[in-house]
Amino acid sequence: MYALIALGYTMVYGVLEFINFAHSEIFVLGAFVGVEVLLLLQSAGQLSTLHPVFVLFLVIATGMIISGLSAMALERVAYRPLQGGPRLVALISAIGASFFLQDGLRLFESLWRNTFYLNYPSMEILDQAISLAANLVIPVKSLLVIGTALLTLLGLHFFVNRTRIGTAIRAVAQDPDTASLMGVPVNQVIALTFFVGGALGGLAGVLFGLHYSLVNPYSGFIPGMKAFTAAVLGGIGNIPGAMLGGMLLGLLEAFAASYLSLLTDGAFGAEYKDVVAFLVLILILIFRPKGLLGETVRESKA
Amino acid sequence: MISSLAPLGLCAYIAASCLLAFYFPQSVLAFLLVEASLLLLYYVPATAKVKGFLGALVLLVLLPFLGSVNGYYLEVAIQIGIFVALALGLNIVVGFVGLLNLGFVAFYAIGAYLWAVFGSPQANAFISGGLFPLSPNWFFVFLLLSIVVGALTGVLLGLPVLRLRGDYLAIVTLGFAEVVRALVNNLDKPINFTNGPRGITPIEKPPLFFQPLLEFLGLQVTHAKLYPLYFYFLILSMVFIIIVVTRRLENSRVGRAWKAIREDEIAAAAMGVPVVRMKLLGFAVGASFASAVGVLFAAKQVFINPESFTFMESIGVLAMVILGGMGSVPGAILGATGVTILNLQLLKGLSLWLNGLRQSGAEFVIPLIGSYPLSQLPAQFEPAKYERMVFGLILMLMMIFRPQGILPPRQEPRK
Repeated sequence: MYALIALGYTMVYGVLEFINFAHSEIFVLGAFVGVEVLLLLQSAGQLSTLHPVFVLFLVIATGMIISGLSAMALERVAYRPLQGGPRLVALISAIGASFFLQDGLRLFESLWRNTFYLNYPSMEILDQAISLAANLVIPVKSLLVIGTALLTLLGLHFFVNRTRIGTAIRAVAQDPDTASLMGVPVNQVIALTFFVGGALGGLAGVLFGLHYSLVNPYSGFIPGMKAFTAAVLGGIGNIPGAMLGGMLLGLLEAFAASYLSLLTDGAFGAEYKDVVAFLVLILILIFRPKGLLGETVRESKA
Repeated sequence: MISSLAPLGLCAYIAASCLLAFYFPQSVLAFLLVEASLLLLYYVPATAKVKGFLGALVLLVLLPFLGSVNGYYLEVAIQIGIFVALALGLNIVVGFVGLLNLGFVAFYAIGAYLWAVFGSPQANAFISGGLFPLSPNWFFVFLLLSIVVGALTGVLLGLPVLRLRGDYLAIVTLGFAEVVRALVNNLDKPINFTNGPRGITPIEKPPLFFQPLLEFLGLQVTHAKLYPLYFYFLILSMVFIIIVVTRRLENSRVGRAWKAIREDEIAAAAMGVPVVRMKLLGFAVGASFASAVGVLFAAKQVFINPESFTFMESIGVLAMVILGGMGSVPGAILGATGVTILNLQLLKGLSLWLNGLRQSGAEFVIPLIGSYPLSQLPAQFEPAKYERMVFGLILMLMMIFRPQGILPPRQEPRK
């Protein structure tokens, strides 16, 4: 899960060397699009008649497309006018965009549904579990998340390293000026990167919604922070790194949640799992800023 | 000719707006006009003496007087003061040194909890002897202590992270603020330090050391009326001290070093500016301001809990600094005042007005299209709840259209 969101951060960072603060809102947007599609299907009475795999596909596809498009729009409105300016300026604008989107989403949902806490309608297929062995039962939900994450990683790896567009993206990431001299349409490539990053965020959002079934406009903040931690942990701008970071962080957090109170004799419980994640972030940034799999981050002027 | 007329006109304006606010104590608008007089004062061409006198008149005499007529005005003024002080602190970090600190609220929380824990029965939970709450006389000691503690935590956080690049620093400070909040939220066990999410109350108020003097003068003021006035003057003097300190720092060796770092770190280092030490100093100064304001906040609120110290607050203060103009003292003051008024008065006023419309059963008629009964306006549509949107818009629009803020620093930074 973190790995998926982290991929979105890494995509954008890798190209622009810029932390897309509003990524967590794109992620939440995906979750909301997902729930809206499901609710619309439900009110049309189609949720139970259509084949569940088709429904899942539909939900994920719309979530990805809408999130991707809004990420592109965001880039157009909030970041492109600031290109070439100091890094802080774009960062602050991103924070602003993030806050604006949170409340914008809330406003929209309040007017539309009269509440901004939305429940995913339950889907039978997801609530089942597959038992692999006597005491090893995996819920379908989790399989879905893990499977999609792996597929996405492979797909993304192929996309970035094997296709023409991927080559263009990497060229812009290395040196935008030279890339543009070589005939790469830099702005379009950046917009495309935002689309891909946003779509990944949307995908993660839909999965998040399906998995936890309750979403609200502010639920992106903590996952967003952690995904960023995961991206940094694995080496930001590095796609397999983001994946590895996400998994490590997820494991660490799960262990912290279950063993922290045992280790400290009940003094510190599961409520400290967020603290653990942030401490990891701070420690990584201090001791190994380039991350576990990272190349050296270019030290450019702020 | 004009320059001699302007102060007179201003006096007339101040008098008129004060009269309005006095005779219409319910009106938000009238009070806004009074507040606007201070802004006008900044722009009007006049000698420093005249400006100083008029400013002091408004702040020291007229506002407290209006506040004693209508307590809500004073409450707003105190809130503005608190945010002005915070914005000035953040302005040093973001504006002078150029370090984006997204966890500024953490230092504010540290200050607030410092006094809250020891100025209430809370500390009895882990220090035996029933010494607590400390008597109000300790308030000023803790105010000083909070400056030290704030500076120390600033240095402690700064030491490891200040070598990071700007955007990483932003994330780490944000993470730090979340860690502080999580700690405060959860440190009610194993030992109850902070009482967790339930918060701490009652917190002692500052001492009324001047009460004998008032009695000597024959003034009988009830505590309910006295405390708001007292806090108003406390925060006013605090803001004044902060402004003086900031001004002195700005024009000193240290201030010049900060700006050099902001403009070009490598060049500054090459010129012999001790970059890390100067950054640490900036971090510590900002943190100590925030921490001291926190002590005052805790004493004013009597009750605090972790809810008051969310990421929202950090962003709010940042929006104030950005709106006013990074690196500009008048800008930070204007930004803080503007945003606070927007939050406390305009948005709330708008909400009330919409509620009124909803209940009046009026209809919003669009010619040719039809009418829309306002009573059906969704109850969720309440401007006061959308301050995040406002902050977000401020940050985004300012960055795109006017990154230097409304009142940019007078010395234009070199490009």
